[in-house]
Amino acid sequence: MSLGALQRDFVQWLRGDVEDAPPPFGPAAAAGLAIYRNNYRAALVACLEHGFARTGQWLGGAAFREACVTHVRRVPPGSWTLDAYGRDFPATLARLHPLDPEVAELATLELALADAFVAADAEIRLPRDGRAIDWDRAVLAFHPSIGLHPLTTNAPAIWSALDADIMPPPAAHLPEPATLLVWRQGEVSRFETIDRAEARALLACRSGLTFGALCMETVRELGEEAGVATAGAWLGRWIAQALIVGVRD
Amino acid sequence: MIPAFSGFGLGLRKPHYADILDHRVAVDFLEVISENFMIDGGRPRRILRQVRERYPVALHGVSMSVGSADGVDRAYLARLRALVDEIDPLFVSDHLCWTRLGGFNAHDLLPLPYTEEALETVCANIAAAQDRLGRAILIENPSSYVAFDGAAMSEWAFLDAVCARTGCGLLLDVNNVFVSATNHGFDARAYLDGIPHARVRQIHLAGHRQGETLLIDTHDRAVPPPVWDLFAHVLPRLGPVATMIERDDAIPPLRDLLAELDQARAIGARAGGTRATELAA
Repeated sequence: MSLGALQRDFVQWLRGDVEDAPPPFGPAAAAGLAIYRNNYRAALVACLEHGFARTGQWLGGAAFREACVTHVRRVPPGSWTLDAYGRDFPATLARLHPLDPEVAELATLELALADAFVAADAEIRLPRDGRAIDWDRAVLAFHPSIGLHPLTTNAPAIWSALDADIMPPPAAHLPEPATLLVWRQGEVSRFETIDRAEARALLACRSGLTFGALCMETVRELGEEAGVATAGAWLGRWIAQALIVGVRD
Repeated sequence: MIPAFSGFGLGLRKPHYADILDHRVAVDFLEVISENFMIDGGRPRRILRQVRERYPVALHGVSMSVGSADGVDRAYLARLRALVDEIDPLFVSDHLCWTRLGGFNAHDLLPLPYTEEALETVCANIAAAQDRLGRAILIENPSSYVAFDGAAMSEWAFLDAVCARTGCGLLLDVNNVFVSATNHGFDARAYLDGIPHARVRQIHLAGHRQGETLLIDTHDRAVPPPVWDLFAHVLPRLGPVATMIERDDAIPPLRDLLAELDQARAIGARAGGTRATELAA
C-alpha cells in the first residue's frame, strides 16, 4: 500500500464517514486506531467547548454537546490551526436551531471576539489637535480588528449577562435589524450594537470614503443640522473607542 | 549542524505567564507551541516578545506534517518563517508524523509506516521546510498506538536516516520512547542506543496514562520513574543538550514543574554530560 493510500484510509477511518466500517490495517491495529479516532473527535469537541463557552451555557449541556457532535460529523477541520475550526459553527447552530436565531448570533459574537483578540496590531497615530486636519479631505484608517456582523436578536445582552454570571434576559428580536460591531481596544476585545446607518458609514469610510463625503451623504439623508451632527457623533465615538488609528488628509 | 545549547527549561503555558514575566525563574530556556503564536497580533504575540527579551525561546510545532504524502503546506511555513524571523528561536522543531492530507487536518500526530517510500517523503518535506525556514529543524520522535505491517526499518533507524539525509537534528522525547516501546513491544534502551546521539539537541520529559490496552501519551502528570531511568540511561551518551519538562494538560503550579526540573538537573549532574547554563541575562 502506498503512503498516500494509507493516509487516505486513515483519514476516512478518523472521520468515521462509514460508522460501522471495520478499522483498516488489520485486527492488531484496532485498539490503536480507536485511540486516534477518540483523540481526533475529543480535540474538535474541546475546541468548540472552549471557543463557544457562553453559547454552551445558553444552549445547555446536552443540546450543545449534540451540536458539537453534529458539527464534527459535518465539517472536517481544514486549517493548520484549531482556532479556525469554529468558523462554521454558527452556521451549524443556525441549521440546528432555526427558530432560535440568538443561538447562532451568540456563537458569531464569541467567534468575532476571538478573532479580534489576535488580529493585527495597529499603533494609534492621531494628531493632538483635530483642528489641524482638513476633515473634508480626511481619509480615516481603522483598526484591523474591526468586524461587522448582522444582528437580529439581543444576543449581546445575553452574552454580557452570562459573562457577568447573572440571569440572562429572555431571547428577543430587535425592533429592527442592526449590526454587531466587534473590535480590539488595546488588548481587550469589545463589542457594541450599532444601527445599520452607522455600519454603512463605517464600511464606506473603511473603503476610503472621505469624512467630507460622508458628511455630505448624511446631510442628504437627514438634513443639514442632523446630518452634520450625526457624522460628527460617529467620528467622535470612533476616535474615543480606538476604532480609528490614523487620519490622512 | 545545529548549534548545541546546554540547559534546563520548561514549556511556557498560560497559567504561568505572570510568574514567568514578573519574576526571575530558574530556567535556561522556554519552549512555546509555535501555532499558538502564528497569529497576526494581540496579547499572545506581545507576551511572547516579552518572554523572548528575558529567555531563549524554542519554537515547537504540531502542524508541519513532515510525513504528508502530498507535501508541506507553504502558507503554514510562511507564517512560521515570519515568527522565526521575529523571535530568533533557539530551535524550531516538529514531529515525525503526519497531521494533514489534502484539505484535511487531523490535529493529531498520526503514525507513519517506516518504509523507504515514507523515508523519501519525510526527507523531501523536511528539506523543503528547512529551505523555506532558512534553517535546520529538530524532529521529535512521536508516541504511537499503531504500527504498520511491512515496515522496512525500526523508528530509530528511520530517524537516523532522516538526520543523515536532511541535516536536521533530533528532539528526543524520552516519554514517547517509553510509551511506544510499551505499546509495540520493543526495547526502549535499544531505541535510545540506536538513535544518532550527535544529532540530539533537545530532550522532552513528560508523563503518560495507562489506557484500556495501551499507554496514552497524555502529558498531564509528572514524569514517572521508568522515564527518569531512561533519561539517566541516555544522557551520558549525548553531548550538550537542552532538557525540559513538557506538560500540556492538568498544568500544576510552576513550583511543581521547577521541582521536577531540579530532578532532571540532578540526573544531569550525575551524568556529567550536560550542565546548566547561567540564567539568561
